[in-house]
Amino acid sequence: MAKFETPLLDQLETGPWPSFVSDLKRQAEHRAANQDKIEYQIPVDCVEDILGVVELSFKDKEVHWKHGGIVGVFGYGGGVIGRYCDQPEMFPGVAHFHTMRVNQPNGKYYTSDYLRQLCDLWDFRGSGVMNMHGSTGDIIFIGTRTEQLEEIFYEMTHKYDQDLGGSGSNLRTPSCCLGESRCEWSCYNTQEICYQLTHEYQDELHRPAFPYKFKFKFDGCPNGCVAAIARADMSFVGTWRDDIRIDQEAVQAYIGGEFPPNAGAHSGRDWGPFDIHKEVIDLCPTQCMWMDGKQLKIDDKECTRCMHCINVMPRALRPGKDTGCSILVGAKAPILDGAQMSSMLVPFIKAEEPYDDIKEVIENIWDWWMEEGKNRERLGELIKRQGFQRLLHMTGLKAIAQHVQEPRHNPYIFWYEDEVPGGFDRDVTEFRKHHKR
Amino acid sequence: MAFISSGYNPDKPMEDRITDIGNRYYGDFLPPVIKNNFGKWQWHEILEPGVLMHKAESGDEVYTVRVGGVRLMSVEHVRELCEIADTHCDGYVRFTTRNNIEFMVDSKDKVEPLKQDLSSRKHNEGSFKFPIGGTGAGVTNIIHTQGWIHCHTPATDASGTVKVVLDDLFDEFQKMRLPAQLRISMACCLNMCGAVHCSDIAILGYHRKPPMIDDEFLDNLCEIPLAIAACPTAAIRPKKKEITSEKDGSKKEVKSVEIKNERCMFCGNCYTMCPSLPLADAEGDGIVLMAGGKVSNRISAPKFSKVVVAFIPNETPRWPTLAKDVRKIVEAYSKDARKYERLGDWAERIGWEKFFEKCDLEFTHHLIDDFRDPAYYTWRQNTNFKFTDPYEYSAIKAE
Ligand code: SF4
Ligand code: SF4
Ligand code: SF4
Ligand code: SF4
Repeated sequence: MAKFETPLLDQLETGPWPSFVSDLKRQAEHRAANQDKIEYQIPVDCVEDILGVVELSFKDKEVHWKHGGIVGVFGYGGGVIGRYCDQPEMFPGVAHFHTMRVNQPNGKYYTSDYLRQLCDLWDFRGSGVMNMHGSTGDIIFIGTRTEQLEEIFYEMTHKYDQDLGGSGSNLRTPSCCLGESRCEWSCYNTQEICYQLTHEYQDELHRPAFPYKFKFKFDGCPNGCVAAIARADMSFVGTWRDDIRIDQEAVQAYIGGEFPPNAGAHSGRDWGPFDIHKEVIDLCPTQCMWMDGKQLKIDDKECTRCMHCINVMPRALRPGKDTGCSILVGAKAPILDGAQMSSMLVPFIKAEEPYDDIKEVIENIWDWWMEEGKNRERLGELIKRQGFQRLLHMTGLKAIAQHVQEPRHNPYIFWYEDEVPGGFDRDVTEFRKHHKR
Repeated sequence: MAFISSGYNPDKPMEDRITDIGNRYYGDFLPPVIKNNFGKWQWHEILEPGVLMHKAESGDEVYTVRVGGVRLMSVEHVRELCEIADTHCDGYVRFTTRNNIEFMVDSKDKVEPLKQDLSSRKHNEGSFKFPIGGTGAGVTNIIHTQGWIHCHTPATDASGTVKVVLDDLFDEFQKMRLPAQLRISMACCLNMCGAVHCSDIAILGYHRKPPMIDDEFLDNLCEIPLAIAACPTAAIRPKKKEITSEKDGSKKEVKSVEIKNERCMFCGNCYTMCPSLPLADAEGDGIVLMAGGKVSNRISAPKFSKVVVAFIPNETPRWPTLAKDVRKIVEAYSKDARKYERLGDWAERIGWEKFFEKCDLEFTHHLIDDFRDPAYYTWRQNTNFKFTDPYEYSAIKAE
């Protein structure tokens, strides 16, 4: 028997999409029945209370959770987010209901054994409700009490060799697309670099020393499956600098209709027979492709590696072999000063172990941002405030035309004094000898 | 409920402490066919909605069945998907960035039984537990944030709004009949802890009333300078106030703040710094709908989503106006866009005035940018508009 009536939430049980309400009810029943005789460490009926408090929000159209307060595990400044219910008498099971972020394996592959271990731990010491996964990429454990935090951390680190993720003004848990593990387009091993940098920068991840949050994201190619360019302070996007590999026979197979265009992505509608001119050559943004008899030609010097032709004909075209990544910096959501996408900083860098060049770029940026960034100022905002030139200066990079979409619209150039012969200090008396007042 | 120790000793927190070990190594979680062909994949094909085949240089094939996951899931649900992974996939499973779940098998004959198993599993009231789809030119899973289930600043619910929109667009999740992929994202406040600002369609929770000020308690609960500094529009100022105490009825002077309502953009930043400045309001809160963003570099550059509906009320539990407005956009796009054309590219080709006409959405003054410098670049500085009603002086003149 359910603890609370949930007439509003019940209406989210119908319809084909998986119902989180049905799932929560099932979890509530599972805890109540407790067939495995688990000594639950937080109230058995906490999931009933979640349903109750969310139902109340559906009724009030207002949230019933309060802020954090400082909770966490010893020695870390992140990974736990405090959460309290603002109706604790009504819902004692969720009165204290903190979130833990658990650093996901890169690429989000799991064995069932490992997932079950996490489930058992979380059922026993928490609510058994989780996110697979949170927006940044972590596994999120939703809801436990303060006294369980250290216990969970202890078991996680001792038994499962697993650490927490980031939160607060620190390096947030890095994430990546599945990369070379299953994608033929990946230009570098996104999982490996993500793994190695996560481990290299554990201190930055657990102990907030930054002005605000900082995110790394790794996309294997310009298709951008983890949205690095929109979401990360440092966005790593795979690319190549040699020629697109062409299999001319396969090109003919696409033209002849043997292979479905775009890997079959459009098969749900009759778009008519494949037309390589209409669907590929004419849509190439740089107009660098043409047919020479039965040969598809690409002027690779003009190609900007947008991936369109490769996406349309994956069996005929592949990225080149001299691969690496571009580094773009400064993306953030609209808070505070409007949304920003990452801007190009390093057009091409090899992404190979031990990643020394990449670490150099990262650390130069951090040095600058930690020195100059204001409280709660994202990297993108600092770049805007102090200028892109300052970013180049601090990372020791030369300005190149790839840094801009177009040159500036105004001539208000802030010349550095040492760029102007003779400097800025002049003698007005000397000047007046030739120019009367 | 007896407390059971993990072995942790609170008196000696540093004893046996293990820290800074990071995440588990991904290589330990890869299915054999993935591990054997790592970095050696040649091409792939979507065999049918929700089913992918990747071919390796070795000739190996891996078949992936993708199902919609709900980001919010219980351990019972995870245990169930583990059971499926054990039965069909040698105990391996993976999640995608967009909260889908992928079950992989190494030969074609294992696909059908896996699909059958997945499709047969339903929740008590009939919704699918593991709906197959989310590939190719269709709608894939909506990524989202916490909402009323767990955060403190949401202006709407996340799981609920996502559920109703995906119920409504379920066909598009299971069929690949749109001009290109359509990425929908949801964030329940302007913080956008899940960034939605570059999505084909973005559902965004938004407050519309400035914070209330809990004068008597503010100075105790908050660092006033931090709250002031948190405001991006400098709407908050310190202020000493004469109040009547809620606790004992006495009159007293307290340190508090005042807010210039006309400068507030309802971002909730101050509330994040200071719990005495709550914003939530049943009538004030609701949803902003944005459209036309993308993150891929394909054909055109990544772009931001634009606000296309300034406000949709929180019509719990099923948000009918939200579902209807999203559907209008998807239908107009589906009918009118060219093959491979993303929603934003379509809107730019036909012109945004046509977008509003074709989607049957009203253009209101809220949709004209007035936030700082970039606003200017969004106004029209040419004469190349199209005629959609109303446009003539007499028709747009204020009454
Ligand atoms: S970003 Fe590119 S490499 Fe990574 S999964 Fe997507 S298409 Fe593949
Ligand atoms: S990748 Fe893009 S720019 Fe390069 S040839 Fe193909 S379509 Fe043209
Ligand atoms: S978007 Fe805002 S309200 Fe929603 S979970 Fe993130 S921070 Fe909380
Ligand atoms: S809601 Fe945002 S804009 Fe309004 S007062 Fe608070 S911080 Fe300032």
